[in-house]
Amino acid sequence: MTIALSQFDEVRLDRVSRDFGALNALRDVSLTIRRGEFIALLGPSGCGKSTTLNCIAGLLPVTGGAIWLDRNRVDTLRPEERGFGMVFQNYALFPHLNVRQNIGFGLKMRGRPKAEIDRKVNEALDLVRLRGQENKLPGQLSGGQQQRVAIARAIVIEPPLVLMDEPLSNLDAKLRLEMRAEIRRIHNELGATTIYVTHDQDEALSLADRIVVLRDGVVRQVGAPKELYEAPAHFDVADFMGFRNKLKGKVVAIEGDRTVLDVEGARISGVARERVSVGSTAYAAIRSDDLEVGEAGPNAIAATVDTIEYRGREFVGTAHSAGGLDFVFRSHVPVELGSRIHLRTEDERILVFAEPVQGRQ
Amino acid sequence: MDAVAHAPAVEHGPSLRQRLAARGFDAVTLLVIPAAIFSLLLFVYPFAFGFVLSFEPKAGGDWLANYRRFFSDPFLYETIAKTLWLAIPVTLVNLLLAIPIAFRVRLMRNQRLLTTLLVLPITLGTVLVAEGLLNYLGPQGWFNRTLMTFGLISQPLKLVHNYWGVFASLVITGFPFTFLLTLSYVTGIDPALEQAAATLGASAWQRFRHVYLPLLMPGLAITFCLSFVQAFSVFPSAVLLGEPAGPTRVISIAAAQAAFEEYDYSMGSAIAMIMGFVQLGIVVAVLASRGLFYRGPASGAKG
Repeated sequence: MTIALSQFDEVRLDRVSRDFGALNALRDVSLTIRRGEFIALLGPSGCGKSTTLNCIAGLLPVTGGAIWLDRNRVDTLRPEERGFGMVFQNYALFPHLNVRQNIGFGLKMRGRPKAEIDRKVNEALDLVRLRGQENKLPGQLSGGQQQRVAIARAIVIEPPLVLMDEPLSNLDAKLRLEMRAEIRRIHNELGATTIYVTHDQDEALSLADRIVVLRDGVVRQVGAPKELYEAPAHFDVADFMGFRNKLKGKVVAIEGDRTVLDVEGARISGVARERVSVGSTAYAAIRSDDLEVGEAGPNAIAATVDTIEYRGREFVGTAHSAGGLDFVFRSHVPVELGSRIHLRTEDERILVFAEPVQGRQ
Repeated sequence: MDAVAHAPAVEHGPSLRQRLAARGFDAVTLLVIPAAIFSLLLFVYPFAFGFVLSFEPKAGGDWLANYRRFFSDPFLYETIAKTLWLAIPVTLVNLLLAIPIAFRVRLMRNQRLLTTLLVLPITLGTVLVAEGLLNYLGPQGWFNRTLMTFGLISQPLKLVHNYWGVFASLVITGFPFTFLLTLSYVTGIDPALEQAAATLGASAWQRFRHVYLPLLMPGLAITFCLSFVQAFSVFPSAVLLGEPAGPTRVISIAAAQAAFEEYDYSMGSAIAMIMGFVQLGIVVAVLASRGLFYRGPASGAKG
């Protein structure tokens, strides 16, 4: 393996901001990426994740803050001077160049000798398993193959940092899973440092070493996938991590590490993730996997079944309470449509969050 | 209803209507008829008429007499070179001006305003532009007077009633057309391609040379052909702004003189035919060269 990525210790974003007119697309984003890390920028559309990536690549100028590659400031450099490899959402392959020419483009622009270009392109072709396709034009390739060319083209220039902007969103579900594994394999084989933008939490959870959750241009939480999944710091992060049941209630008591909420007359006690005070409005967040059909009692709330779907190992249903809360729950036994049931879960499965501040903060 | 009545006929295969529909002929195809009649009456018939007429010399003689006269009289055959000498440089200048401006304009927000401003000269027509230029560039025009006021020249520059007057007028009336076509080709290229090239280390010039230019070539060839045909058929500005007896005696003037001064419609038709074939020759040559370039879609991914 002679594709050796440039060595460095860290990339540092120091209070990076980006304004589009009056709108702050990014506000004071600070982040340190260490060599060899796989970082996922996760968030809903419009949260600023692609803007962050484009600012790092140099395709958008930052309006405040700085980006550092070790001790060198890079946010003032043009994209062609930064040398970061980038994989675009629509691949952006040069349609008039064949696979070999596409992959060799960056090396050719750098004026490398032809023998070296050939050797490195061959290695990149092996790495992304595209041998035998090198003389085809991009239009003759499938979506997955085009994606492989785009990845090979970005890494063959041996960049310190590989940037990927929702690279799998144009692929079908099966191919997406395959390419996900491929991307991680290539990252590991090369010892690359990757920043990966996605709105799909499964992708972020399965690929990344660390996830950065963005919302409205602000970093909401940074952490390992397990950390984010099990202990989201904010209500919107929890929402993104699959806590689909959001029970609005009033805090009636705080007992040690348990916070008790009154939700439509039912007592729900859970673990507070944000500071809440007795009497304030709060949300109890529960994963659909954790909400099960059970007996009336503590942490149980009465509901009427709206739909029930068979999912192979179990049933997944939706229900609503008398007060209009919606639930997604699972069940090992089929339940009658329209029947009254009690949905319940354990204390430690319930996270309590303060009422989120509305709008952009 | 019909289908029930003719049910046994199914054994003999699909009906005529179905077989025609399978080849793309159905009732909608009939909508082509008005366009076909239009082109037949206003293009095919006059062209064929002129073509035949050109082989029936007014003064008698054999059927090629008109063509023989054209190619033996320098006053006539030199008009081909004179017209090309105007049309090709004008087209190239328009194209070379249009490309950098289109590259700048594609990034602008008020493209619509600019487009409107550029369309105006097209709607004004060549005669009005010629009148304007006569006044503006003439010996007593603002241009010469300004230069003389600042002492840059002592004698007025001769800018009209010669080659350069016609040249300027063709650039002014031809540029908007060339520019709008070029702009549409330039904006048709996915900007992500340029971004990709930039992240791969290509400088602005390399991005133009290796990404934009190859993808633009087919469009530029078409733009060249359309602009060239416009410039080649120059008539009003060659008469009003040029020297219609000398260097700007273009081929359309020769045809008009034959037809309307000598009342020799046959000779006029022959010259028009020669003009058509010269244009066709250039256009075919340029379009054929497109085969040397990539001609597929200019975006990075398939639909």
